Amino acid sequence: MSQFTIAGKTYNSRLLVGSGKYKDLDQTRLATEASGADIITVAIRRVNIGQDPNAPSLLDAVPMSRYTILPNTAGCYNAKDAIYTLQLGRELLGGQKLCKLEVLGDEKSLFPNMPETLIAAKTLVAEGFEVMVYCSDDPIQAKMLEDIGCVAVMPLASLIGSGMGILNPWNLALIIERATVPVLVDAGVGTASDAAIAMELGCDGVLMNSAIACAQDPIRMARAMKLAVEAGRQAYLAGRMPKKFAASPSSPMAGRVV
Amino acid sequence: MEIVLNGTPHRLLAQQTVAALVAELNMSDKAIAVAVNRNVIARGRWQEYQLQTHDIVDVVRAIGGG
Repeated sequence: MSQFTIAGKTYNSRLLVGSGKYKDLDQTRLATEASGADIITVAIRRVNIGQDPNAPSLLDAVPMSRYTILPNTAGCYNAKDAIYTLQLGRELLGGQKLCKLEVLGDEKSLFPNMPETLIAAKTLVAEGFEVMVYCSDDPIQAKMLEDIGCVAVMPLASLIGSGMGILNPWNLALIIERATVPVLVDAGVGTASDAAIAMELGCDGVLMNSAIACAQDPIRMARAMKLAVEAGRQAYLAGRMPKKFAASPSSPMAGRVV
Repeated sequence: MEIVLNGTPHRLLAQQTVAALVAELNMSDKAIAVAVNRNVIARGRWQEYQLQTHDIVDVVRAIGGG
C-alpha cells in the first residue's frame, strides 16, 4: 500500500473512480469496492420531481461513511455553472471543501475549456474550496492552476470516455516534473496497462470511470485497475532499467557446458 | 403562487418555506441541496427561508458520474 495526500488528508488508494455508467447501483457498489478506491466522484443533478423519494440512491451504494465523495462539475461549460454546481455539492455533502472542477469546451471532445477553468478555479479557491482540477495536458496551464491554489492537477491522458490510453506521456512527464501538488491522470485510461503507464511516469494517482464501468466485467476490471495502479507505482519507485539498443545476456558466459 | 422547481412551473398553496417545500417532496431527510435563484440555502436556514412567487428553485442530489 502506498498512501498519498491531497489537501492534507491521506488516502490509502491512488486509484480514484467515478460512479457513472454502471448497469445498476449494485454493480456500482461491487465495482467500487473491488477498485479499493477511497475517493469516488459523483455528479450533482436535479432531483426528478415526483419520483419515489425512498428509491435507493447512489449514496446508499457508495456511502459517505465509507468513501470520500467528490462532487464533480461534469456537464458544465462555463465557470459560472461550475461554481454554482460545486456550491450545491458542498452543501449536499455537509460542507465538504474537496471537489473536482471540470469545465468542458464542447460536447464532441469534452476537452477542458481552460480559460473558464482558470476563472472558476480562482473563485472556488477564494471561497475556500479544495479544488482538484481536470485540465489539458499543458504544463504551463497546469502550473497556473497550481499557482492559483488548486490542490491537485488532473490532466487528461486522452478524451473522456475514449479509452485511448496515454497519448502524450511526454507532456504528462513535464507536468509531473514541475508540479508540487499531486498530479493525477483524469480521463482516457482504457485498460490496466494504461493505468500502469500513468503511474510509471510518476503520476500520483489515476481517476477513471468508463474503463471500469464499460468493461465486459466491470468488477473484474476494477480489481485489475487496483493492481495496475499499485504495480505502476511500485515500478516507478523501483526505477526502471535503462532502455538500450544492444542485447545483454542474463546468464554469465563463464562455466558454460558447451 | 407559482415557482419554478427544477426547471418546471410548480404551484404552491400559499407562502411556503424551503423546509415546507422539501417536506412536500418527502425529501426532508435525504441528501439533497437547495438553491433559490442560484443562491444555495443551507439546510439550517430552510425553516426560516420564505419562498416568493417566481422564485427559481433547484433541488439537487448526487448521482453516478465521472
